[in-house]
Amino acid sequence: MGRRQERYDAVVVGSGAAGGMTAFILAASGLRVLLLEAGRHYDPLRETPMFQLPREAPLRGAGTKDKPFGFYDATVDGGWEVPGEPYSVAEGSDFLWWRSRMLGGRTNHWGRISLRMGEYDFKPRSRDGLGFDWPMNYADLAPYYDKTEALIGVYGTNEGLENTPDSSPGVLQPPPRPRGYELLARKACRRMGIPVVPSHLAILTRTQDADQLPRQLFPGNALAQRVTADSMRGRAACYWATPCGRGCSIRANFQSTTVLLPPALATGNLEVRAGAMVREVAVDANGQASGVHYVDGETLLDEFVGARVVVLAASACESARVLLNSKSGLFPDGLANSSGLVGKYVMDTVGAGVQAHVPALAGLPPHNEDGASAMHMYMPWWQYGEQLAGRLGFARGYHIEFGGGRRMPGAGAFSGLEPLTQGSYGQQFKDDCRRYYGSFLHFDGRGEMIPNEDSYCEIDGDKVDRYGIPVLKFHWKWSEHELRQAAHMHSTFAAIVDEMGGKTLTPLQSDGAKAIARGGQIIHEVGGARMGESPGDSVLNQYCQSWDVPNLFVTDGACFVSNADKNPTLSIMAIAWRASEYIVDQMAQRNIG
Amino acid sequence: MTRRAVLKVIATTTALGGAAGISCAEPQEEPSAHEALSGFDPLPPRNPLAAGTPTDPDLLAPSVPWDFVLTDEERRLASVLADVILPGDDRSPPASAVGVVDYVDEFVSAPGHEELLAMVRGGLVWLNRTAQERFGAGFADISADQQREICDQVCFEPAALPSLKPQARFFDLFRDLVSTGYWTTDEGMRDLGYVGNVPLPSFDGPPPEVLQRLGLSGEDLE
Repeated sequence: MGRRQERYDAVVVGSGAAGGMTAFILAASGLRVLLLEAGRHYDPLRETPMFQLPREAPLRGAGTKDKPFGFYDATVDGGWEVPGEPYSVAEGSDFLWWRSRMLGGRTNHWGRISLRMGEYDFKPRSRDGLGFDWPMNYADLAPYYDKTEALIGVYGTNEGLENTPDSSPGVLQPPPRPRGYELLARKACRRMGIPVVPSHLAILTRTQDADQLPRQLFPGNALAQRVTADSMRGRAACYWATPCGRGCSIRANFQSTTVLLPPALATGNLEVRAGAMVREVAVDANGQASGVHYVDGETLLDEFVGARVVVLAASACESARVLLNSKSGLFPDGLANSSGLVGKYVMDTVGAGVQAHVPALAGLPPHNEDGASAMHMYMPWWQYGEQLAGRLGFARGYHIEFGGGRRMPGAGAFSGLEPLTQGSYGQQFKDDCRRYYGSFLHFDGRGEMIPNEDSYCEIDGDKVDRYGIPVLKFHWKWSEHELRQAAHMHSTFAAIVDEMGGKTLTPLQSDGAKAIARGGQIIHEVGGARMGESPGDSVLNQYCQSWDVPNLFVTDGACFVSNADKNPTLSIMAIAWRASEYIVDQMAQRNIG
Repeated sequence: MTRRAVLKVIATTTALGGAAGISCAEPQEEPSAHEALSGFDPLPPRNPLAAGTPTDPDLLAPSVPWDFVLTDEERRLASVLADVILPGDDRSPPASAVGVVDYVDEFVSAPGHEELLAMVRGGLVWLNRTAQERFGAGFADISADQQREICDQVCFEPAALPSLKPQARFFDLFRDLVSTGYWTTDEGMRDLGYVGNVPLPSFDGPPPEVLQRLGLSGEDLE
């Protein structure tokens, strides 16, 4: 049985973007917090492979079944499959579910792209009649976007573009200078009326102002100011080398494990327990959450920990799974599920991409293009007017991410060149490789998916994982909006490449079903416990609080009502921060816990 | 020590070349560039937390955990073909001089690559048989022109005879392997002009000569 009688002010399940932020804000506010992580402890300061070369790694660092994003990717015991933790996909559906079993979760390897949702994005149904509106406005979240960006460090600029919000003055860090191919793409796109502006990424281009920022972020909270200042002083600015996807031992980019958990631990109010796989939220006779049950990965014993407040932040689908598996006499259909909406309306991002060869970039003088490793520029969605007028055939927008150029040669270097080289080999092939090096670009669209009734997860009653916990079964379907959007992406990329004087290497698809990435493949899955205006049409209120169980919160992407083309992580953190302040306030007022 | 064990050691040693170079050098009093720029100590030599499993390998001390399976004769042939694909010239050495065959062996020996292993083995045997039929000796022992005459038939899959499609696919795969193995070496990266993976105090964007070559000036830069 349980090893002891424990009771915390709050137990937080999951340590990534949402769990890290929630644990930090609660602990910095003086609550005694226990954070449970299913995976192992992970310390980027000690285990990040900075500067290691592909030739030092097995298969030159190529992605494998065990390490799908490459050997050096900061994913532990994860990927599309997790050992001993299967999931099911319904017949006729196609869905991939990326998880990572480590402290900090997917924030260790994520793309660092940090885009705000705009005013339209909170009220999509009011705008075009599709999907659902959020129970909050952009203005409600804007202060938390400011605070999150200032805390984690985001570079970018304020461009005043439609539905692409500016940050408050002084919040953003200066963006890095554009690379050559980025300037070349901008020149072409300007002729086409497509904006190309500095991207927003959670990477420090300057050290943070540890004297001013903590005071602005946490007025009147000396503890929060102190731990935040100390944490900021321990972060270096980017030194323009080694890919962010490996994590960052100098803490220049954002990871929960380098930016949120260190100051949270420094409060003295947080305990982190790794190897703890939560299976169920417990409820008392009054229907209040009393704590969580978890399986200790080492002892294999079932443990219980009590808490005044329970916060799920295990990732959208994992949190839905915990709720659905928390069945009791009071809640026979799973916890917080009186609406029947837990697990429903799961969304991913629409993805489609092409590779291209741009001759102007071939044979350039050697120069260092590593930069911040990811993109310095991107194209935000620009056709709001045409779209609203119904001229595009799909309802929501996408932004364009692009890259390439003179990257470090890795696995697959100069593979598949035959269409360009006619199968050269020998001295000709060597010269071809030299000439073509740096001249390849990729363009990837990231677009909004509209929630639909056919895309959801439920408990698969026939299968359990290595912890004995019933697993999820996914159902997935794209609507015509997503498919047409994916086809539109292809035609846009082809036009940009053409304008740059290049040639696409990927077959162009006019059929969106052939262009679109698989469900889950973009790893932006959100929804499954959406927030709303009333208990009948949602699982949570706008503060991520369960309508049914007032001391139960879900602060991760599960609460999303829509999934704008803006990559979700920044919004997850801003929403989690706002919800965490609400939790502190409600506990202080003795409304909950 | 078995030959395969030796090969694995070689692979690992190659992998640690950079680190070994540092440890052999004189003790450095100046902080490294990494340290000077970030203010943080250089990384420790190995990862104290990794489980060492396939899904949680030690990223700071990588190793190839599987045995290499190509025979001596297969490696000899692979080496010859690798040099046919990427020969030495005045800018960089031939493929065989920078361990490309070790990478080919590592790749085809990897778990899950059994079909690719058969494809490479079958392709190498076909090269020999064709050389014997046409020129009376194995592929390694015929002239460079004769080798090219054979390779020309399979170097471009769309143009290959229907009966030679499998051999053309073998050649595609082998060229890809040689290319990856070659251009990821220090010599290969230097030849290409990859000059990154070094810490910098600032990122200044493309130098003037690159902007000029790209035809970028004035408002293009604003």
